[in-house]
Amino acid sequence: MSVESQIKFTDFKSDQSVKWCPGCGDHAILNSVQKAMANLGYSKEEVAVISGIGCSSRFPYYMETYGFHTIHGRGSAIASGVKVANPRLKVWQITGDGDALAIGGNHFIHTIRRNVDLNVILFNNQIYGLTKGQYSPTSKRGFISKTSPFGTVESPFRPGELCIGARGHFFARCIDKDLKHSVEMMEEAAAHEGTSIIEILQNCVIYNDKTHNAITDKAHSEDRTIKLEHGKPMIFGKDRNKGLVLDGLNLKVETIGQNGITEADILIHDAHCEDTTLHLKLADMEYPDYPVALGVIRAVKAPVYDQCVESQLNDVQEVSKIKSFKDLVHSGDTWDVE
Amino acid sequence: MGKRSKVIEKEEVVVRFSGDSGDGMQLTGTLFSYTSAIFGNDISTFPDYPAEIRAPQGTISGVSGFQVHFGHSEVYTPGDYCDVLVAMNPAALKANAKWMKPGGTIILDVDSCDEKNLIKAGYETDDPIIEDKLGDYHIVKAPITTLTKESLKDMGLDNKSILRSKNMYALGLVYWLFDRPLDHTREYIQKKFAKKPLIVEANLKVLSDGYNYGNIIQAVTPSYHIHPADIKKGKYRNLSGNVAVAWGFLAAAEKSNLQLFLGSYPITPATEILQELSARKDLGVKVFQAEDEIAGICTAIGASFSGSLAITTTSGPGLALKGEAIGLAVMAELPIVIVNVQRGGPSTGLPTKTEQSDLMQALYGRNGESPVVVIAASSPTNSFDYAFYAAKVAVEHMTPVILLTDGFIANGTQPWLIPDLADWPEIKVPFVTEKIDDWHPYLRDPEKLSRYWATPGTKGFEHRLGGLEKDAVTGAVSHDALNHQRMVELREEKVQKVANFIPELEVIGEDDADLLVVGWGGTFGHLFTAVDELTHEGHNVALAHFNYIKPLPLNTKEVLKRYKKIVVCELNMGQFANYLTMNFPEFKYKKFNKVQGQPFTVIELKEHFITLLEE
Repeated sequence: MSVESQIKFTDFKSDQSVKWCPGCGDHAILNSVQKAMANLGYSKEEVAVISGIGCSSRFPYYMETYGFHTIHGRGSAIASGVKVANPRLKVWQITGDGDALAIGGNHFIHTIRRNVDLNVILFNNQIYGLTKGQYSPTSKRGFISKTSPFGTVESPFRPGELCIGARGHFFARCIDKDLKHSVEMMEEAAAHEGTSIIEILQNCVIYNDKTHNAITDKAHSEDRTIKLEHGKPMIFGKDRNKGLVLDGLNLKVETIGQNGITEADILIHDAHCEDTTLHLKLADMEYPDYPVALGVIRAVKAPVYDQCVESQLNDVQEVSKIKSFKDLVHSGDTWDVE
Repeated sequence: MGKRSKVIEKEEVVVRFSGDSGDGMQLTGTLFSYTSAIFGNDISTFPDYPAEIRAPQGTISGVSGFQVHFGHSEVYTPGDYCDVLVAMNPAALKANAKWMKPGGTIILDVDSCDEKNLIKAGYETDDPIIEDKLGDYHIVKAPITTLTKESLKDMGLDNKSILRSKNMYALGLVYWLFDRPLDHTREYIQKKFAKKPLIVEANLKVLSDGYNYGNIIQAVTPSYHIHPADIKKGKYRNLSGNVAVAWGFLAAAEKSNLQLFLGSYPITPATEILQELSARKDLGVKVFQAEDEIAGICTAIGASFSGSLAITTTSGPGLALKGEAIGLAVMAELPIVIVNVQRGGPSTGLPTKTEQSDLMQALYGRNGESPVVVIAASSPTNSFDYAFYAAKVAVEHMTPVILLTDGFIANGTQPWLIPDLADWPEIKVPFVTEKIDDWHPYLRDPEKLSRYWATPGTKGFEHRLGGLEKDAVTGAVSHDALNHQRMVELREEKVQKVANFIPELEVIGEDDADLLVVGWGGTFGHLFTAVDELTHEGHNVALAHFNYIKPLPLNTKEVLKRYKKIVVCELNMGQFANYLTMNFPEFKYKKFNKVQGQPFTVIELKEHFITLLEE
């Protein structure tokens, strides 16, 4: 075993004291990322953690890796540059619902479309925390905040729908405090080549406490979420007796043993299916009509931008007669003055 | 060849090819300029085309022009007024007649002067020559369309292809006018249409017939004689300012042994740099066509963090969008070159026209105290030099550098003596690879005050950068009041230290000149020509032209001190004059400004300087 593979998650902790609010979901996510990187056997110097602006974007300061805390909304663009310039690096982008989906929406969709090999962790707390409590592009319609004292009159983005709509090939969802599952999602995202989006339902203890509680609290979590696994039936619930079936073009929740439904009727999750129809339906499921889907919803192989850039360079270099600056300036129309 | 009626001996000549934007005038002009260069003249060219790709046919807004200035001695501008105008339609005549020198020659395709085209061009009578009072010019009324049709009637070509060959007929005629060989153009046609032998044959025939038509009309048409110029020996090629910028970066990448990375978004008139570097996969350039201007610079900053020679290219509106990201590069102290090919502003302004009005934006257009190095190229070919030096300064001093060019020098071309990179200076990259005691990310080189470049992948140098203020010693986030003061001062001082590594300001002319003309960037050719001509006419005028704007050359004050009368000439409302006033308030600066989307003319400069001399 190499030395690198024995790296401990504590090796990824920087000497900076973590300054998120006590009780913030970010602490758990930081631990999950450090655990995942240790499990993946990363060495510290090959990792670049890139962020934009917001509470979550302070993340790189707490990682003993290369890191860059950049400007609002531009994390995806800067991370793309880091990765394309040096594809050997493991580039992780940390972002939030404001950073990625409001000010950085354009970069978010185009990074996904290009399929640059980044692991993007999107902290979704449905609120602007660092500016102290304004609604975000994922806040529910009617949400009361400092800038929507009478409730918002706009519809939120669903990050999964946006990702798949931008031709995304990897989308997973997990809950901040479920470390074990979060670590699994991060390992899956790392294994996937191309842009991987992990939406983490994250709690802002100060400005939007318990926003995800309806689905994340222990008493109801199993009945109100479904942990999807590739190749396994879409079964959920405390008693493992509920499942998803197709009803025409829609998903429907059925109880096994009722209405003649057996386990064989339940859909099997195929995360690798290229067609987006079912993935989109799964990503869009909302409580109380449906359980909220957790796990890897979509993981489909596709050409990876940074790899394609390199292979195109190699292909052209193999056939071109121009090998140096000198070859270039002496090619084409030149003349001698004697 | 028959005997010519009248041969005009000239030191230099300006020819303007002008027609509808679909008439192929850019190609015609380019081919003519190559032939003149190969003949041994010094040349300078400038294309002038509409912002619209295909503006309405036959109208003035659809006129596309290409101007070539060539001479027996060195030429520094594409020329203000032309000796010879080729007008393929009435609109081209209407648009350009005012730019003719007295007594010049106008070649007009009279076939195009039908009622429809005359009305479209805005003529009210059926004789544009009389209407525009062009009686004093040599007018060559050539039925070019008819002659081209006649020339190709037996070739079996469709009418459209025949009409597309008109430009070669006109070019042949201009070659006759200047007694130039057809060889280069023939070779070009053979190469270009190698897969279409019929088109090759047609174009070659039309070219020759156009030339021979000159022999037919020689009795009534003057021709011109310009001797080759006495220029430095060596291998030359034609180079535009935009391609020169792209190649300057290629040279810098090779010299520094760094990967070249360009993050950019298309914008007139800078797009050609993006296109040129996109084609240079053979030299390993990574080009990222981003989703917008902001992503253009942000991908470049990411690439710089990764250890690439990172560039972004844009024009004024794009520079405005990149402002916040430039501030990040200032804070993170990462090397990057931002090229701004200036155009008329504000807002969308005049996308295809030239201006120098982004100087203040380049110097100060960001939040906070955000100093960057600002360098300006001053000719198409020295855009290569300043792109190279912009990259060298950025990397060696770990700082953003803004390189200013403009639409005029970006699109203009000049012959370029092909350099040998061995003669160019080294670029020393401040990478850290081996463990240094007490290393921290903001450890500084004592001479340059620049930090070192530790790139991801290098073991033992893991660190975090960011836009938050950094502790001057450890590089950790710091909100300390005195630390911020110190860091603001350090960043400014670091940029000022660059002055120790750049050449001094040179003055062309005498120390006791009655007038010092000051300029910067793309106006050099016109300012130099005006000062040179005035000097030959017996005036004592000097020129100080700036390429390094921030920091200014160390001897700037000493130069300005020598002259009682200083005039700062620029294509804006006086931005550089104001900048000099800020830096050296002890001197008085007169301003000469123009904001018409056009370069200065030598004539207006000379007139103004003479007025100042007489004051």
